[in-house]
Amino acid sequence: MYSTTDASNFVAGVDTAFYIILGISGVFLVAITVVMLYFVYRYNKKRNPVPTELHGSNTLEIIWTVIPTLLALLMFYYGWKGFYPQRYAPKDALAVTAVARMWSFSFEYPNGAVSNDLKVPIGRAVRVNMKAMDVLHSVFIPDFRIKTDAIPGKNNFIWFVSGKKGTYDLFCTEYCGVRHSYMNSTVNVMADADFDKWYKENGEQGATAGGTAVPGAAGKKIMEQKGCIACHSSDGSKIVGPSFKGIYGENVTVVTGGKDRTLKIDEEYIKRSIIDPSADVVKGFVAGQMISYKTELNDKQIGEIIEYIKTLNVK
Amino acid sequence: MSTDNYVNFFQEKQGRKGIWTWLLSTDHKRIGLMYLYSIMILFMVGLTLGILMKLELIAPGRTIMGPQTYNGIFTLHGIIMIFLIVIPGLPATFGNFFLPIMIGAKDVSFPKLNLFSFYLYILGALVATTSQFLPGGPPDTGWTFYAPYSFKTSTNMFPAVLGAFILGFSSILTGLNFIVTIHRLRCPGMKFMKMPMFPWTLYGTAWIQLLATPIVGITLLMVIAERFFHIGFFDPALGGDPVLYQHLFWIYSHPAVYIMILPAMGAISEIIPTFSRKGIFGYNALVVSTMAIAIVGYFVWAHHMFTSGLSMVAQFTFSLLTFLVAIPSAIKVFNWVATMYKGSINVQVPFLWALSFIFLFMIGGFTGLVLGAVATDIHVHNTSFVVAHFHYIIFGGMGFAFFAAMHYWFPKIYGKMYSKTPAIVGWALFFIGFNILYFPMFILGLQGMPRRYYDYLPKYASLNAVSTIGSWILAIGFLIVVINLIRGAIKGPKAEANPWEGKTLEWTIPSPPSLENFEEIPEIS
Ligand code: HEC
Ligand SMILES: [Cu+2]
Repeated sequence: MYSTTDASNFVAGVDTAFYIILGISGVFLVAITVVMLYFVYRYNKKRNPVPTELHGSNTLEIIWTVIPTLLALLMFYYGWKGFYPQRYAPKDALAVTAVARMWSFSFEYPNGAVSNDLKVPIGRAVRVNMKAMDVLHSVFIPDFRIKTDAIPGKNNFIWFVSGKKGTYDLFCTEYCGVRHSYMNSTVNVMADADFDKWYKENGEQGATAGGTAVPGAAGKKIMEQKGCIACHSSDGSKIVGPSFKGIYGENVTVVTGGKDRTLKIDEEYIKRSIIDPSADVVKGFVAGQMISYKTELNDKQIGEIIEYIKTLNVK
Repeated sequence: MSTDNYVNFFQEKQGRKGIWTWLLSTDHKRIGLMYLYSIMILFMVGLTLGILMKLELIAPGRTIMGPQTYNGIFTLHGIIMIFLIVIPGLPATFGNFFLPIMIGAKDVSFPKLNLFSFYLYILGALVATTSQFLPGGPPDTGWTFYAPYSFKTSTNMFPAVLGAFILGFSSILTGLNFIVTIHRLRCPGMKFMKMPMFPWTLYGTAWIQLLATPIVGITLLMVIAERFFHIGFFDPALGGDPVLYQHLFWIYSHPAVYIMILPAMGAISEIIPTFSRKGIFGYNALVVSTMAIAIVGYFVWAHHMFTSGLSMVAQFTFSLLTFLVAIPSAIKVFNWVATMYKGSINVQVPFLWALSFIFLFMIGGFTGLVLGAVATDIHVHNTSFVVAHFHYIIFGGMGFAFFAAMHYWFPKIYGKMYSKTPAIVGWALFFIGFNILYFPMFILGLQGMPRRYYDYLPKYASLNAVSTIGSWILAIGFLIVVINLIRGAIKGPKAEANPWEGKTLEWTIPSPPSLENFEEIPEIS
């Protein structure tokens, strides 16, 4: 039903619009430029010392109003035609939620699977619902010719069927602050079987994620999925927020209600930093960049994160 | 008229001393020049910022600055270029200087208000400048101040917004002044349909300034109120709607594009006939298309928002109207080219700028169609394609027209002439550099490179490097042009009163004009 061999089912329609608009424009650009240069040459004052006064011509005005209007309507039509189907997603599409936050994407699947790249099966309709957590973002997949803004409080979506296996770039195209240009991901179009396998294995994320084999592994995974690592490193480098390397048990100077005070980094403090980041703002950092994760992380998950941070103390 | 005791407006003291003869002057010519000098200085700042940005983008990763600095620079570049240069642009400079002369008047209707507008402009510029130096750091929102990021950033948003607000008033008052001047002060016989094209376009522009600017004023006040009193207009966390902000912003900022391009078209409509040595072709069509652009231009703003999830009806309507507003611009191009037909063309420096204006403006216009059609806009929205497009329109269009006007009216303003050879060399480098700088950005955008990106994927590297090299060529061309003009103004040879054989009123009076422009108010037959 949605068969296509292109990277997405919209490529053909959008590219047709491009060819028509750029084609007509190109012809006009060249023609007008050539005529203009010809006039400059032919009617140069050396070759044509006496100008002939011409005030205008109604016939010409009508011709060069009507023809461009018709062409403009033609271009409009193809632009509309290429876009129209983008807004009507089939009901049976696989619904993925793109969670966009400063400065990372995570993609949540109906069965609870979560991924930092957009994994989709080839040949099946996929609908990606936008969920912006803080400011405006935008999901843009150039090879699919689609884009939509992620706006807090608004339910925009994109949908597509991809007919070509491969990895495609996915960018945030709505300016969102200091690490905007690093807010990108990929779309991974997989064979049906590969996708199903990944999908089954990763369902009900959180409960089984990472197992308990390596201490802190579960916490690390949560931090990747919730985008913490866009701002916090584990190797001591400062991104936007403080690095987590070796901080556990150390003292930290924070600004609380405008006053400096020194605290010890313990479980209580980390939990508060995640639930209410603006309460104690680490000195030298900017309040308000990290949003509260109160509704997104439960106590168990925060516990896993703390376990992970603790593991960053050993050298 | 005896030339011995002729006193031009530069020599006239108006009963003041030293610098005050300028700073307190209500002479429309001095005010026009004060705008011109302010704009040229600010333009050099804006250009330098642009060159720094391009230098940063010469290769992926960090080159000369960090991301926060980069974001601050593109914001400042946008604020300076749009609010301080492009919007006052030709009306404030050449409009102030030549509108009264071209319609046979001694000054604008409200000379004191005119000076007041200038000081509002300076005040707005100063307030906006403080945003760079206060603690908190330079604003990093982009010149569009999109909500809710603009409420979240800890940088100095407020002074920048307040500056833009004040500048809006300057623009409104100039528009009001021009409308009244055109209605009341045309000399006997100068019917509306006898008025030259440049005043006509100033008239269309003035109406946009008067009617559209208050909307941005209100919007910016709402932003300030939101920021300090947390009202909840735009911030979704408070129940507001960020898309509402975009509507209000573009209801002004789209017509603002016509504030800058209409007078540019007006200047071109003066220059082409003068150097073709014949009257403009299709005067009526040009007048009608000017007013059509001014009116339809109000109803296309949402083409900036096709990815924001507008209703299908809105997408359809705004896309269609965008295509319709392109028609009058096309008509203008056809009439300019037709004016050259059977002319006796004298290829002088202003004419070269005008020809290149038409070429660049066409590229800007045609790529605008890509942005007007919904399907293609979705793909290139917020990519460097858009950046290339509006630089072709604003810089290639309005910027080139500005330099065309500068070289055209220069002998009238200063009574002196610049040298021709450096002017042509400078123009050529400027034009070539311009295309090398911006054309690759169309391709980058089609390939998907987003705009406002401090860093980019390696696959975009080579075109970015080419673009950066273009910026250097453009800068060299710019310097040659400006130095040549300054030299000409200081020690160029004396120019005749009508070196180009122009037919409009400003060429009938001596150069530089006298304080009152005309000894006797002229009469048009
Ligand atoms: C948008 C960037 C950003 C994201 C995403 C982010 N943070 Fe933060 N975080 C910050 C900044 C900036 C600070 C320092 C200012 C403050 O304390 O609010 C901070 C502070 C912290 C602190 C206190 C650190 C210390 O050294 O005292 C902890 C703990 C923390 N964040 C945990 C998290 C966790 C867990 C996540 C993911 C669930 C996360 N952050 C996501 C920016 C971010
Ligand atoms: Cu983003």
